Amino acid sequence: MPKDGGIGASTKRREDVRFLTGKGKYTDDININNQTYVYFLRSDVAHGTLNNVDTSAAEGMPGVIRVFTGKDFEGIGGLPCGWQVTDRHGEPMQEPPHPVLAQGKVRHVGDPIAAVVAESLEQARDAAEAIDVDITDLPAVIDMKAAVQDGAPKVHDDLTSNLCYDWGFVEDNRQAVDDAIKSAHHVTTLELKNNRLVANPMEPRVAVGDFNDATGDHTLYTTSQNPHVIRLLMGAFVLGIPEHKLRVVAPDVGGGFGTKIFHYAEEAFCTFAAKEIRRPVKWTCSRSEAFISDAHGRDHVTKIELAMDAEGNFTALRTETYANMGAYLSTFAPSVPTWLHGTLMAGNYKTPLIYVNVKAVFTNTVPVDAYRGAGRPEATFQLERVIDKAAREIGMDPIELRRKNFITEFPYATPVAVEYDTGNYNATMDKLIEVADFAGFEARAAESKARGKLRGLGVNCYIEACGIAPSNLVGQLGARAGLYESATVRVNATGSISVMTGSHSHGQGHETAFPQVVADMIGIDASQVEIVHGDTANTPMGMGTYGSRSLAVGGSAMVRATEKIIAKAKKIAAHLMEASEGDIELKDGAFTVAGTDKSVAWGDVTLAAYVPHNYPLEEIEPGLEETAFYDPSNFTYPSGAYSCEVEVDPDTGKVEVLAFAAADDFGNVVNPMIVEGQVHGGIAQGIGQAMLENCAYDDDGQLLSGSYMDYAMPRAADLPNFVVDHSCQTPCTHNPLGVKGCGEAGAIGSPPALVNAVCDALQRAGKDVKHIDMPLSPSRVWAAMNG
Amino acid sequence: MATVTMTVNGKSRTGEAEGRTLLVSFLREELGLTGTHVGCDTSQCGACVVHVNGEAVKACTMFAQEADGAEVSTIEGQANADGSLNTIQQAFQDHHGLQCGFCTPGMVMSAAALLKDNPKPTEQEVRNYLQGNICRCTGYHNIVKAIMAASGQDVSAIAAE
Repeated sequence: MPKDGGIGASTKRREDVRFLTGKGKYTDDININNQTYVYFLRSDVAHGTLNNVDTSAAEGMPGVIRVFTGKDFEGIGGLPCGWQVTDRHGEPMQEPPHPVLAQGKVRHVGDPIAAVVAESLEQARDAAEAIDVDITDLPAVIDMKAAVQDGAPKVHDDLTSNLCYDWGFVEDNRQAVDDAIKSAHHVTTLELKNNRLVANPMEPRVAVGDFNDATGDHTLYTTSQNPHVIRLLMGAFVLGIPEHKLRVVAPDVGGGFGTKIFHYAEEAFCTFAAKEIRRPVKWTCSRSEAFISDAHGRDHVTKIELAMDAEGNFTALRTETYANMGAYLSTFAPSVPTWLHGTLMAGNYKTPLIYVNVKAVFTNTVPVDAYRGAGRPEATFQLERVIDKAAREIGMDPIELRRKNFITEFPYATPVAVEYDTGNYNATMDKLIEVADFAGFEARAAESKARGKLRGLGVNCYIEACGIAPSNLVGQLGARAGLYESATVRVNATGSISVMTGSHSHGQGHETAFPQVVADMIGIDASQVEIVHGDTANTPMGMGTYGSRSLAVGGSAMVRATEKIIAKAKKIAAHLMEASEGDIELKDGAFTVAGTDKSVAWGDVTLAAYVPHNYPLEEIEPGLEETAFYDPSNFTYPSGAYSCEVEVDPDTGKVEVLAFAAADDFGNVVNPMIVEGQVHGGIAQGIGQAMLENCAYDDDGQLLSGSYMDYAMPRAADLPNFVVDHSCQTPCTHNPLGVKGCGEAGAIGSPPALVNAVCDALQRAGKDVKHIDMPLSPSRVWAAMNG
Repeated sequence: MATVTMTVNGKSRTGEAEGRTLLVSFLREELGLTGTHVGCDTSQCGACVVHVNGEAVKACTMFAQEADGAEVSTIEGQANADGSLNTIQQAFQDHHGLQCGFCTPGMVMSAAALLKDNPKPTEQEVRNYLQGNICRCTGYHNIVKAIMAASGQDVSAIAAE
């Protein structure tokens, strides 16, 4: 290992220095000469006919340059959806248009109606108040089940109903699952909600559009997790700009959690308007605006049934989910409740028969799309809750019931179309029991009881699928994009290295962890390797960062490119040492000839590549730069076991999380410090979902939780310290690093542990509480106890 | 518009501000000090915490004109004179107390204010003090650990990395 940290070292993050000194460069820190500011006037009603937008008064206000409405975008493409789901009858989903600015109707609170571009943001905001909007209110559809009733008001008049699709998976199993449930010894049924959340990265979205009318070049600076995807979607589908005339830059990005994957109207607007007015246009989202314009997450209503035989073996699983799409299809929305959810319904268990039905529904709410975990938390929550309920119904210990049904042999092909390559679920459960000190729980519960508090312990397992792939398979499933990743490894003449990656770092520490890999392979200091990312002008086409894919997919591309570099460097070294290429070994940054004391340093070889005086020019080109595109052959499957210990106040229903432990199997780990940080953050978001956060609409479609006054973000005092362990490692068998991905595990694995813990606490106190919907606010817990 | 002058990180700075211009906007846009961030519009998130006359203040809760004549410290002025990270900043790096970095300036400024008033806080005191600073990335575990470490306390009992 290089002395400053290779694979496996908790190297301190180099990016921290700029963030800690105020020298990060986030999109809102970018200001371009002569720039203008845009303010979006948004609908304050959930559903209505847009009769007229009178901008005449606003256009005469001080500083106003131009006011845009939906009319300016007639004939221009709408925002595209990147995934087409085919329903259980073989028909494509209903896919409504999604205009950049509203046309004809407004469909959710926050739908943009007009955009004022002015010399200052204050002037733009002042002028927006002078726009006269004539809307005839229409009844709003908010509740999903009501939305699919006959006669319900339609969100999109041109669609046959509010049902986007009715998906069955695996449809051929439907009858067999029904039969197995009918004839089962015991069936446990649970109806639950997976609450709607708002991702809330701390940096609100920002877009700055720029246009050079001398060259015809467009530039968009944006808060994105995947600048190439934005370039492709916006360039090809919305504005008709070819890639070589459109540069998309995502500089330092202050967290994403999924909601910065998608292509948004404001990005297209700023790019479009900058050309129209021949000046840069900047938009900075306020937090209140983020609540009504960032894609939301989760929002499923589910009924799950688990069938068992007399010994507690799972025999069949059936689940029916209503999944909220919101008013329009966000970029990857259709894939979340289907391919990212149905494929995970086997969990860690060898249930032989599974059928998943998902009805995706349009409502007059903000679009819903991927949020940290995306489909997998929804699958895990319902499965791990119903197992806990089943254990209590049949009188078996919940851990014992899980162990009884664990998959223990790998590879394992599930009945929901995926094949797990590796895992050891008993090992992570054993580790959890150890690190969370289950042995001491009863004593702790007694101590709580002595203080008049109800203590509970909740346990669950999870399986995740990361690095969704391969491209040809996801293409068959409806993806309108590839899911490879890219890397260019550019070795400079003096031996330092720049790695241009299509992955994007917005908190994950790629600038530190990726060099650890390259440096380890070559045997040089990681400080000699620099990561370049976030700019389509200087990185190869890549798909960006989401779905815990960056190291497993982007890192693998980097490994492949580095392997090409090493292969070429060995040829050069062989020439320099007049040896056979097959005898060249690379270790600790030096090439040696096996069985001799001949040696040539890394820097000598790299210099020879660029000053090829003594060089095999007849065999190889000068230079040392290689690109690789890596398309995985399968998902990776991290797994783990989580536990949560809570104390419930019987007088108020207030839940306190006292302890939270995670035993994860991420395969090989490059930087343990970063991995643990990822798990911490995921757990905090999962506890947030389970205990605090709720995105709530009233019946008229007004967002009740539209700011941090009403949407309860987890604060430091809401959370305990976490115990996290990743020592159980079954390396991924199909990528070169043996890594699995760790970004979403915490958010996937933690909500059921908390709810299981609260139910456990109440049941220990003799309360017959089978389930409480998240978030477990004091009022809900109190009502459940006293219901 | 009015001319506003304040001492920022030890240097006198002057700029123009409307009556409605917030201190945070003045720092970011008029003075170009973009290390102070805006994460919300309801004074909840704490990404904009700076020190005004030695007190931690959310720079979105104060008009620029109110800070006329004040001594203001921002994240840009926190490093040691030789440019190295100060004790709190170094502890945040050492204990992985930041990920995306967006809340970090506010966290560092709040931590500095806490440790000035309470040089050896308990873990619970740290967590309570951070009520006004939201982080979405770290789950606070490593932020709390970093602040405890910066106060010179032994943090080995808080789960290791």
